[in-house]
Amino acid sequence: MNAPAAPLSPYSSAFGKRTIEVHTLSVLVDNEPGVLARVVGLFSGRGYNIESLTVAEVAHAEHLSRITIVTSGTPETIEQIGHQLERLVPIHKVTDLTLRGAAVERELALVKVAGKGEDRVEALRLAEAFRAKVIDASITSFVFELTGSADKIDQFVELMRPIGLVEVSRTGIAAITRGPEPM
Amino acid sequence: MSDEMASDQMTGAQMVVQALKDQGVDTLFGYPGGAVLPIYDALFHQNHVRHVLVRHEQGAAHAAEGYARSSSKVGVLLVTSGPGATNAITGLTDALMDSIPVVCITGQVPTHLIGSDAFQECDTVGITRHCTKHNYLVRQIEDLPRILHEAFYVAQHGRPGPVVIDIPKDVQFASGQYRGPENIEHKTYKPQLKGDPARIEAAVAMMAAAKRPIFYTGGGVINSGTEASVLLRELVGLTGFPITSTLMGLGAYPASGKNWLGMLGMHGTYEANNAMHDCDLMIAIGARFDDRITGRLDAFSPGSKKIHVDIDPSSINKNVKVDLGIIGDCTYVLREMVALWKARSQNGDAGALDKWWREIGHWRDRKSLAYRGSDKIIKPQYAIERLYELTKARDTFITTEVGQHQMWAAQHYHFEAPNRLMTSGGLGTMGYGLPAAIGTQMAHPGSLVVDIAGEASILMNIQELSTAVQYRLPVKVFILNNEYMGMVRQWQELLHGGRYSESYSAALPDFVKLAEAYGAHGIRCSDPANLDAAIMEMIDIPKTVIFDCIVDKAENCLPMIPSGKAHNEMILPDTDVDIGAAIDGAGKMLV
Repeated sequence: MNAPAAPLSPYSSAFGKRTIEVHTLSVLVDNEPGVLARVVGLFSGRGYNIESLTVAEVAHAEHLSRITIVTSGTPETIEQIGHQLERLVPIHKVTDLTLRGAAVERELALVKVAGKGEDRVEALRLAEAFRAKVIDASITSFVFELTGSADKIDQFVELMRPIGLVEVSRTGIAAITRGPEPM
Repeated sequence: MSDEMASDQMTGAQMVVQALKDQGVDTLFGYPGGAVLPIYDALFHQNHVRHVLVRHEQGAAHAAEGYARSSSKVGVLLVTSGPGATNAITGLTDALMDSIPVVCITGQVPTHLIGSDAFQECDTVGITRHCTKHNYLVRQIEDLPRILHEAFYVAQHGRPGPVVIDIPKDVQFASGQYRGPENIEHKTYKPQLKGDPARIEAAVAMMAAAKRPIFYTGGGVINSGTEASVLLRELVGLTGFPITSTLMGLGAYPASGKNWLGMLGMHGTYEANNAMHDCDLMIAIGARFDDRITGRLDAFSPGSKKIHVDIDPSSINKNVKVDLGIIGDCTYVLREMVALWKARSQNGDAGALDKWWREIGHWRDRKSLAYRGSDKIIKPQYAIERLYELTKARDTFITTEVGQHQMWAAQHYHFEAPNRLMTSGGLGTMGYGLPAAIGTQMAHPGSLVVDIAGEASILMNIQELSTAVQYRLPVKVFILNNEYMGMVRQWQELLHGGRYSESYSAALPDFVKLAEAYGAHGIRCSDPANLDAAIMEMIDIPKTVIFDCIVDKAENCLPMIPSGKAHNEMILPDTDVDIGAAIDGAGKMLV
């Protein structure tokens, strides 16, 4: 007997809902030991996706860190993720920047490319077109620093691949709302 | 320690004991070990906090839960590092699932040894991060007083839950300045208690317009405090609406109340589940639409508008999309609802409500909790009925283990008041009942405390019998002994062609001799004619008692919503269906 492929449980909240959206969440937290583990553990424990995650202290005196998480799921799941994050005790505020509408998102990448002759020239030409900076160079390699949207970085990396891409290091997305208001 | 010295220098261990005293803790459940010896030494020097020595740390956690749930106070346990902490995990998870306020203090190896795989070291905050509401590792003595008081604040504010404080041994020995609990305000954790007035008003307008309404209430009403139950009773009386409740909510509305439909869900009554399915307005208060309650989600109460009152925003729209969510404490929201209902000039559609009650009357007439009696063997339902009749006039608290006996207790023991049933609802922890009964008895020394148990569950924490005997706690363990893990056996009958794989309780101990070996009193009864006298003997003996009640081995717990089915597809005791065929392929995947 052939069982249907991975039937959705009738107890599952995803039953009948399948539109997947990508949202960027900004989370302001107390910068205390274990706070990142709480956030990451919440995502793994409840089966939510993390597509990108960045974290750094943003206010030293107040011990505040800002975590930017790009996640995907149904609108119901993403609303639930927000509420679950708010339950964590050291969390000050959770904002869904995608729902807020007007937000800018940037990512930084360091891209190492190795090659000789015409490949080096082509790499530099493309880097200029993408406004990437050369931050390290040797006879046979460059390290480019590139800032932009995740799409732009994806595109740059794909162009570098045939030229001699060695490796990529990306920060993940940092995001902030447009206009004078805070998150 | 005198009060004048309270703001003086003291050691970390002394701070722990002082903080417990300042938080009004009179009872502590625990088990000593190397990493908590300084705290045990501080306990030795005082008389404010009574320590109850359990026999296993899981028992300490469940005892703290029983104490907390029966008294509406915070339950506290103290365990050592490593195995002490890991043994407490099940109880902490249980408290998280059932929203029980618990503070668990764990010892830890000294800070300079953390991370070195030291003797009895484990990453307690790492392990308990997922099974606590919050946890702390205290790295320096300066943080200890704040963390101690904050832990009590977090455990009992908002949706209650367990909090772990992990204290390395060097911090327990270190000296520092103690601070009392005054002006402890948490900088981030500020749950919303007052519901949005506009939403409460909208809810009352929806209630006034409803034709087939139902209240569906849960453990949140009980957690909110006794006033919530008083207000709930008033609101049900004013509106005349029917009311059902989850396992965790039993007692908030009295089982003898005329609007009571019985418990709902997988083993709920026919009338409660059908009324949930056919209602046009569901008012959910302090309940979380758990899968035991909803059954098949896409067929759950398809024609109703839903109002959901909960203190936890993540509970709203988690499993079931509702039309009106109100975030707030049940007591506050119920008080507003009562006031608004009273202030309205035009309330409800009396004709429609009459018709609704007549419909419910037909479902009630099915008598879904009926069972075939016997004068040869004790039916488990009969045993609970007799226990209820013989204890209802007394000041009685009931705890349960997990399985068939738990559901029969919920169905046939009729709870009249909140905080009277201590049971493991969310996690379903076998072995919960006896330690919970010990905790309950500590909180209510003069009351009758009965653990309704199964012969398999009771063996999971049987060692706590020793605790009960040591503190002369007259806890009664009422075992419905059918020689099977009854619920497992029932599901094997339903789903696996009656292949009873590993569910027979072979090599059971002689429970009467076992009781005697522990210094308790043992009673066995297998004849329905002797049952009343035997139960009276159990009640009258002022000792810990194990009652081995030999019951029908093959009895199934009915009615039942088969897994993956809707509320209106119940198996009733008198429907002669092949229950093995009642669950389809998708349903078999579920638990």
